[in-house]
Amino acid sequence: MIDTILMVLAGLLILAGSAFAAVAAFGILRLPDIYTRMHAASKAGSVGSGMALLALALVSHSGPEALRAIAAIAFFLLTAPLSAHLLAKAAYAVGYRMWGGSVLDEMPELAVTTRQSDTPSGRHPEPNAHSGIAGQGES
Amino acid sequence: MTHSDFAKIFLDVCLDISLVLLGFAFFLTIGRIIRGPTLPDRVLGLDMLTSVAIGFIAVIAIDTGNTLYVDIAIALGLVGFLATVAFARFILARGKTADDDEKQDLRKFDDKRHERDGDAAAEAGAGR
Repeated sequence: MIDTILMVLAGLLILAGSAFAAVAAFGILRLPDIYTRMHAASKAGSVGSGMALLALALVSHSGPEALRAIAAIAFFLLTAPLSAHLLAKAAYAVGYRMWGGSVLDEMPELAVTTRQSDTPSGRHPEPNAHSGIAGQGES
Repeated sequence: MTHSDFAKIFLDVCLDISLVLLGFAFFLTIGRIIRGPTLPDRVLGLDMLTSVAIGFIAVIAIDTGNTLYVDIAIALGLVGFLATVAFARFILARGKTADDDEKQDLRKFDDKRHERDGDAAAEAGAGR
């Protein structure tokens, strides 16, 4: 009886997790700029894989396997926000623009010392010459 | 039909549907990686790809009963995390190249408003 309930629960969890992953992929394709895409991908992606691993922990018959799956969930919940935050901070500090329709930007201008670009800039007359925003890029 | 038979059939149907959904997610993410106008978009796509692959591994482990794959999932998560961190450091060190602005096709919807906000930000920056 317990087995039956666990199997149905695992099926529902798998469905929900893969639906989360599909919605995240759709968002990563449709949303307008890097920050909103990150909002879709990091949350829904980690929740999707976490639900699938939780279902695996429910249906596995031996203890160590279930514990391993739960350890994997804990590991992903620890690392996914870190990597997303680091990527967003790097992109913002370097000066990738937000979408024009964004309402609020509370982040102060970061005083990040970026090195000069490694790519030869001979083809481009002036870096950031056509940038609409002052104070971004190399300052 | 007993309850346990129903549960088995239900789990099988759920596994099939979820494999289809995960494959869909995989292809959409690959589309963003190919299209992605700038480097952070592509790095984000690769991060998403590893998490979708972990979901695949979990679903296939349930399907075949071969739970040895969970170790691979943990290792894949570790490698994906380290790769994202290294790419973030690389983005920070590389700085912004000039053609990033051209590639960044932020939608046309609000270009005028964006320029106006840019002017306001410039004035605020001058005032500081």
